Amino acid sequence: MKQEVQKENSMLLQKQMLSDHYRRLARAKEDGKKVVYTFVPGNLNELIWAFDMLPVHPEINALQSSMRKLSGNYILEAEKFGHSEDVCTYVKCDIGMLRKGNIGPTGEKLPPPDLLLLSYTGCFTFMKWFELLEKEYKCPVVMLQIPYQGDGEVTDSMRQYVVRQLRETAVPMMEKISGKKLNEEKLKSLLESAARAEDDLVWVWDSAKHKPSPIDAYFGGVYYVGPIFSAFRGLPECEQYYRELRSEVEFRIKHKMGPTVPDGELKEQKFRLVVEGPPNWTSFREFWKMFSDEKAVVVSSTYTKVGGLYERGFRHDPSRPFETMADYCLGCYTNRNLPSRIEIIEKYIKDFDADGFLINSIKSCNSFSVGQLLILRELEQRTGKAGGFIESDLVDPRYFSAANIKNRLESYFQMIEAKRSVSAQKEMAK
Amino acid sequence: MNCQTDCFIGIDLGSTTTKAVVMGRGERVLGRGITNSRSNYEVACQVAREEAETSTRFLLLDDRLKKDAKISRSAGKLLSYISCKYALGEHLKQLSALKDECAKVIVEWNRGEEEKALYKGLMSLIFERLASVSEMSFQPGGKAQSDFFRDIATSLFLKEAEAVTKERRLSFDRAVGVFDKAILRVESRSFAAYFADYLGFACEETLKVPEFSGMRGGIASAVKDISGIRFNVVSMVGTGYGRLTLPFPKEQIRSEILCHGLGAHYMFPLTRTVLDIGGQDTKAIQVDANGIVTGFQMNDRCAAGCGRYLGYIADEMNMGVHQLGPLAMQSKKPARINSTCTVFAGAELRERLSLGEKREDIIAGLHRAIILRAMSLIARSGGAFSEFTFTGGVARNQAATAALKELLVENYGEMKMNISSDSIYTGALGASLFAMRAS
Repeated sequence: MKQEVQKENSMLLQKQMLSDHYRRLARAKEDGKKVVYTFVPGNLNELIWAFDMLPVHPEINALQSSMRKLSGNYILEAEKFGHSEDVCTYVKCDIGMLRKGNIGPTGEKLPPPDLLLLSYTGCFTFMKWFELLEKEYKCPVVMLQIPYQGDGEVTDSMRQYVVRQLRETAVPMMEKISGKKLNEEKLKSLLESAARAEDDLVWVWDSAKHKPSPIDAYFGGVYYVGPIFSAFRGLPECEQYYRELRSEVEFRIKHKMGPTVPDGELKEQKFRLVVEGPPNWTSFREFWKMFSDEKAVVVSSTYTKVGGLYERGFRHDPSRPFETMADYCLGCYTNRNLPSRIEIIEKYIKDFDADGFLINSIKSCNSFSVGQLLILRELEQRTGKAGGFIESDLVDPRYFSAANIKNRLESYFQMIEAKRSVSAQKEMAK
Repeated sequence: MNCQTDCFIGIDLGSTTTKAVVMGRGERVLGRGITNSRSNYEVACQVAREEAETSTRFLLLDDRLKKDAKISRSAGKLLSYISCKYALGEHLKQLSALKDECAKVIVEWNRGEEEKALYKGLMSLIFERLASVSEMSFQPGGKAQSDFFRDIATSLFLKEAEAVTKERRLSFDRAVGVFDKAILRVESRSFAAYFADYLGFACEETLKVPEFSGMRGGIASAVKDISGIRFNVVSMVGTGYGRLTLPFPKEQIRSEILCHGLGAHYMFPLTRTVLDIGGQDTKAIQVDANGIVTGFQMNDRCAAGCGRYLGYIADEMNMGVHQLGPLAMQSKKPARINSTCTVFAGAELRERLSLGEKREDIIAGLHRAIILRAMSLIARSGGAFSEFTFTGGVARNQAATAALKELLVENYGEMKMNISSDSIYTGALGASLFAMRAS
């Protein structure tokens, strides 16, 4: 008998939000709404909503299609069209979906974009992706240049460089397409709402410091970031979602409960992990079960920060709307240099009292994967914690070898146990 | 004497072979057993374990003979005779079972009685010859061609069948077809119940040797005692790809990475890096001074360059896998081969042969290619540190070990490289240590 999936209120709420948004998109042309395609990292949702336009995030469509087992066929379609095996599978899934009629994950047709707005260029593939979409849709493109944080910090000149592009390129184009002048007050109010949701999200991330952790900050975490990373940041329903989520987590803390995992509540937690890299979406549940079956909980992860490193203090600030949007674009996780990424993960390991850290290296995602082995070695040295390394892919079902990954994970967990038992023996000997 | 020996068993269910190690109190390895994994891990597990128990009895027999004042001086030679004749007895028993199974396969045939009778006669003649040539293969002090009955029986059968079918003008392929079906059935059976019979046969054969004929009393008493020993298995741990098929609780299942790390540490306590090339995966493992794994890397979705690759090459070349290493060692100019894709290997091999390249040069190039791939994993795991221990089935291949040594020195400088003749048992050894430490 198929096990009933336990759904909490926040999950039901999010499902409804997504479904409403896809419906809104399907009716966009009828309703006279303009549509902006943009990416999650560095997205300018508040600006898009300020013009009353509708955002679409192609990588969200790709992962949603993948979780609904649709991505395999889309990827084959893109390969038929000439995209090679090595290309980012988010891109191929999106291109395949487009060529098969642009039917979104919920079965409703997605509208073509009126504007392609690229506000983060740390991932070079994103630029190429929009070049391909431009060719397909023949629509205007705004491609902002976001300086890479090579020195690990955002300088004022970098910030002003982005602000100027926002004011001189993005806003005029959006005004032209929407036929509306920018309403700065509306923008400020959206940014204010975003900051409130961000506060609650940070509180939720922080809750993983409890033992047992009331959340899984990777597998559960990708659901938690759903509203704020996709179309909803800045909207009242987004705030409502995070209030609901926060109250659920508060309840779990009060009752010393663990998070809900595929087979129910994970109360007994043998391993606390920090995870770097995106998850595999095609076998998401199976992948998650490999952790929960071993009673492993993820207490912090980097992938759930690609849409904002809020726990490091950043909040959208309505008092300086353009500067705050620039800071947000510049602060993307994958726009950070390797030393910063190492420092971020090291802090997670220490702050969340993790037993180890694991890297899921994605073959077709260079923006994440480059340098991960160096990160692994450096972290092992700095923290003395066990580092693990597994490989899979984003949304191509052909690249998930369950037996191989399970084998590595089991070895990894047993390695942590062996290390623990040696430490315990040393303690006893003292 | 009907005593009991406490022991701990480690079982490594690999993709190609299944290995078992029996460990005694005080971390003494008592016995080892190995068999083909086939597609049936349950049988493979039973056979490997029984073999390990048999090997344990031989070790205990050795201990016992050495304690007998009248025998101790000749104990080594005596045991070598007994073991050899034991192996012959076991082989003859399996051969007889194989002959019976061949007859049964022919009975099951959907062919005329006349034809069946012809092939029955053919098989009888082949097996008659096999029994007589088998004696030659089991000589004291001789080196067995292989650990497996299948390998020995197949090479002997093919040779005899080729001659006999020619003499009788019958189909060689049909005879081989019967053999192939029958050997699968024989392989799936356990012959451990005949231990006392084999040992009795071995002792009688040994006592025929004038040098040992005066030792009958001492040998008989030792053999009786050893045959009566019962094994009290305190704990068992399973590892390897088939580990989940074992009816063990979760805590008695260990990852082969940890088992290889601990096994290598047991054999060579100064080990810091372990390379294991098994049938379908390659692992580079870093261990600390206690044999605890501190990091590892293994091949991902693709199994190119693993042991199975060599098996495939051997099939393509119509050779035994154990013959590849010696052939490669004859090369003076190894071919430059980069791909280790098993699927492409056959095509690459045929193309190079058609271009006139020497067999030994191609095979040497293939060995180097495998090791180059392993070098990448070693680098990813953090590098090679002395002492470096090479384990797994491929460590038995001298061309692979020579290429590894050369590349290690080239990339990491001089270092001590360990290879044990029992390297194939490393995983099972580690599992038996985990079994002991957990109890």
